[in-house]
Amino acid sequence: IIIGVPLWWRTTETYRAWLPVSQIQELANLELQLSADVEVVFARGTVTPEQQKKIPLTLSQDDEHVVDEDTSLRYRYETRYRTATIMEEDALNQPTAAEADLSLHMLSESPCGSLVVYVVPESTSLLPEDVEVYIGQRRTALLRIGTQMRVGRTLDQLLDHLEPRIKKLLQLMSFSHTDITAALSDRVRLSPGNKESIADSMRAFKSSPGYEITFSLLNPDPKSHRLHWDIEGAVQTFIQPLLTKLEPLANFSIDSQILYYAMLGVNPRFDNSHNAYTLNADSLAHVINPVEARLGSNAASSNPVLNFLLYVPDANHSPLYIQDRKKQQVPSNAFHSPRWGGIMVYNVNSFYGPDVAFPVDININMAKVMGVFLAQLRLLLGVQSSTPPPGFLVAPCGSSGLADWELDRLMWSRSVENIATATTTITSLAQLLDQIGNIVINDNIAQQVSSAVTSLQLAVAELESGNLGFALQYSKEAILASERAFFDPSLLHLLYFPDDQKFAIYIPLFLPMCVPILLSLLKIASEVRQRRRDKQTKTD
Amino acid sequence: MAARRNIPVGLLFILCSLTFLIATNTHETTSTSEHPDKAVNLPEKSTETGGQTTEQPAVEERQWEPTEFQEETVNDAAAEKQDATPPETTTTSAGAHPKDDFQEELVIRPLQSGDVYASFQFRTLWETDFMKGNKVSHYRLFPKSLGQVISKFSVRELHISFTQGYWRTMQWGQPFMPSPPGAELWVWFQDSVTDVDGTWKELTNVLSGIFCASLNFIDSTNTVQPSASFKPLGIGNVTDHRFLRYATLPREIVCTENLTPWKKLLPCGSKAGLAVLMKSEKLFHSSFHSQAVHIRPVCQDSECTTTSWELRQTLNVVFDLHTSGQGKREWSLFKMFSRTLTEACPLASSSKIYIDITDNPQGEQFELTPATHLLSQAVVLGDRRTFSVYDLTEANTFGSMRSLNLKTRPKSGGYIHYQPSKDRVRPHLLEMLVQLPPNSVTEVTVQFERALLKWTEYTPDPNHGFYVGSSVISALVPSMVAMDTNNTKERPLFSSFFPCKEESSYFVRIYTEPLLVNLPTPDFSMPYNVICLTCTVVAVGYGSLYNLLTRSFQIEEPNPRLAKRIANVIRRLRGVPPLA
Repeated sequence: IIIGVPLWWRTTETYRAWLPVSQIQELANLELQLSADVEVVFARGTVTPEQQKKIPLTLSQDDEHVVDEDTSLRYRYETRYRTATIMEEDALNQPTAAEADLSLHMLSESPCGSLVVYVVPESTSLLPEDVEVYIGQRRTALLRIGTQMRVGRTLDQLLDHLEPRIKKLLQLMSFSHTDITAALSDRVRLSPGNKESIADSMRAFKSSPGYEITFSLLNPDPKSHRLHWDIEGAVQTFIQPLLTKLEPLANFSIDSQILYYAMLGVNPRFDNSHNAYTLNADSLAHVINPVEARLGSNAASSNPVLNFLLYVPDANHSPLYIQDRKKQQVPSNAFHSPRWGGIMVYNVNSFYGPDVAFPVDININMAKVMGVFLAQLRLLLGVQSSTPPPGFLVAPCGSSGLADWELDRLMWSRSVENIATATTTITSLAQLLDQIGNIVINDNIAQQVSSAVTSLQLAVAELESGNLGFALQYSKEAILASERAFFDPSLLHLLYFPDDQKFAIYIPLFLPMCVPILLSLLKIASEVRQRRRDKQTKTD
Repeated sequence: MAARRNIPVGLLFILCSLTFLIATNTHETTSTSEHPDKAVNLPEKSTETGGQTTEQPAVEERQWEPTEFQEETVNDAAAEKQDATPPETTTTSAGAHPKDDFQEELVIRPLQSGDVYASFQFRTLWETDFMKGNKVSHYRLFPKSLGQVISKFSVRELHISFTQGYWRTMQWGQPFMPSPPGAELWVWFQDSVTDVDGTWKELTNVLSGIFCASLNFIDSTNTVQPSASFKPLGIGNVTDHRFLRYATLPREIVCTENLTPWKKLLPCGSKAGLAVLMKSEKLFHSSFHSQAVHIRPVCQDSECTTTSWELRQTLNVVFDLHTSGQGKREWSLFKMFSRTLTEACPLASSSKIYIDITDNPQGEQFELTPATHLLSQAVVLGDRRTFSVYDLTEANTFGSMRSLNLKTRPKSGGYIHYQPSKDRVRPHLLEMLVQLPPNSVTEVTVQFERALLKWTEYTPDPNHGFYVGSSVISALVPSMVAMDTNNTKERPLFSSFFPCKEESSYFVRIYTEPLLVNLPTPDFSMPYNVICLTCTVVAVGYGSLYNLLTRSFQIEEPNPRLAKRIANVIRRLRGVPPLA
């Protein structure tokens, strides 16, 4: 027994490396603090010189939300007040808001995640009459001081007056509570709210370290249409600027293909009133099924794929229009599917007469196509173009297709989402390993787990101090490490070694050994009973 | 045919990849390690894995929404490019010269045995460079999945074949595209690849996904690096065999699920062109079926200034018409494939059917309906053969068509490369370079020892035996007929695969039958029996020891012995007083 029991123990033991369990449990209670730097600059003519001296230098506002028992959020806006420098005054004297925005950007580049709000006087020529707030392409906004604010008011009144509008502006430009809770949906089961917001949050792709974008031209009728598309140039012109901007978020790779004889899964119905074929919104779900089999997944990576299909209907089924649920033709003739991609129908029948000799060479207008695809791409990536409140004017995004503050907004919610996902992964892995004792924990898994935990802590700390770029970086590392640990195949090795097999191995030994023991026990019992009976008879 | 032909001087490489001790123990682990099933038994994460594994939720759940977009969002961007993007027009001219080209071809050759050999070849040429390193890649005719594989794994050449059945060279002659039974994969990597083994492992896993085959069972135990054979077939002078990997899986069973992804790689799919004929139930109801994919860089023109990538997809079938044709030696496309051709693939620059009529010059043996006046001569496998050609791209084609006992020693100057195996790490590799004298038989025998396998290394059906892959003989056979070595000239596809350096010889590669080795198969319940038996012995010993230790021994009154008692009983019956 002295030798046997330790030997048996040693040989049947499973190797389990040490995990930072206590830190993981700390992570289970997530307290996120998001802080954003806001700079409020008063231009000349908004504050009197006496008020200038009294302007508080900094002011921080905290806003606390408890999402559920394990998760709480705290938003902190560090607001700094100052007056405009001479250079900035010059910039603000530009004739239009867009130029002012550009020249302000040239003066100082604000770091990722921060905002600058310029308070401009009532009589400014920068803003049109009915516009209160102008949001630029970068991280600046112009705020017109209210009409009722005359110069004579006290500073406190002025600040009180500005504050709600600044807050509204901040929610639009950096993060809002709804965005952040949507990003936390991985961790927190949202109460079934209104359908619209769920649809919004479901539409965008999950955060991932990389995305594959695939453009496919579907030509079901190569006998009559010979299609040419300049996809290379179009990607360079339209898509690449956006992706360059989005580089801190994820890696993107683009490819394209042409699929011939790719049919839709639904036969379009001929509509006499429009003299065209139509596809109903209800049948769209079945449209891409046969196509999807041929799209092919990317063999070389496991990142999610965004599919953009350009469908050119065959000559017999042209023109083809998509109808929405109200039986109205969709003007863009395009649809998108949440977390999958988009499809656009491109009718070519108007480019040739009825008696043309097939095949016809057709050049596709890529600007039109890419406009639709770009809009879909923005939606699928989660760049929400939420409608601004009245009185707000949002500058049209430039050639890059994405304003700086939109990128910031996306980075805020992506960091939170990454952190939420990584914490759930790590905590559920810890729980799982705790529950099933048979799982082998190798050293590399323990290492992945602890690196994920450290990255998570760093990410949370960076969010707290407002360094958005670093926070996103660390959260990406955390999610990678946690996924690698969670899906490590070595965890599965001994998982399927059920107890009944062990039982079957031990029973041939223990069953025969039990027989003499049991017999002797019986004998002892009967002897005890006999003795007791003897005692009774004696006492009697 | 080759066996009967006298081979006066030939170079012969024999490659035996003896994989007797294939450790097949990694079946379960590799399959799980590469594709960890995320949803297994992990209840805690079910919500999350649901989002990750099913990245594409069921179609019915998808919400399709019309895309609304503002025109102005792209207008500025479009304005910059306005002059560059041509307005949509219908240009009747062909426009820019297409950079890729697709050809398809079917060769039908009635064999002497009465079978019919049908060989499809599809060739996609693409003038591009996968190695430039730019991330954006745009595919037109070339399949995207293979293009991504080439650029990700830096593949220089890739040859993969799946074969069901054995090619009977004695009866059928030489095939256009030789291939061993089972699956064969050989790959030349670019010399920029540092970790060839890791890349090879990853590549086989990806390819097994693309072709729905169990190529993921290729590991170091059945991979060899031939040093003399399997030279690159395309351009490029890297012949360092460190970048070559060769593996066969003789067990692999080829079926419909391998054909479907193969057909998907064709630009026209199976919707138009010759691929219409590929109906899987007919193709697999045949004596021999082999499908292959070959990717290699080739010269664009005769000066070889630019390279282009060539993807060749071949499919070879031998139909046994005796069993289905009620003994009549007549065949038609419909009878063989149960389909007929209606059109050429509109993307193909050439689409032709060749029918070998060399043995039938005057039409006394068989008659072709509809007859074609187009005849073509091609040199294939050192023989000049005559073919009837039907060009599917011409419209009028369719109006009619429906329907020795001398042992030799290798001479000195030969080359022998032998790499002994390591158990469970790598297989044997024997390569010999020998010159064969005419009218001789050369035997190469290899002795091997049987070893015991670990109990996890047996296949689920160990009684079937263990496969040893085919030996490969590659030879340059001299020929009477002069060959045209210019690879860029217009030639039928079936005669232009192997590059020829000399005009007077042609290249053949012969695969032998795979070997099925029967190893003693243990009774797999034996470990449990042993456990039971030893436990019983231990238990018996334990029981007696236990009794010995716990029982107290006392001297009892001696009982009358049994014989005595029986005797007493008998005595009592007889009425005799009992014994004391």
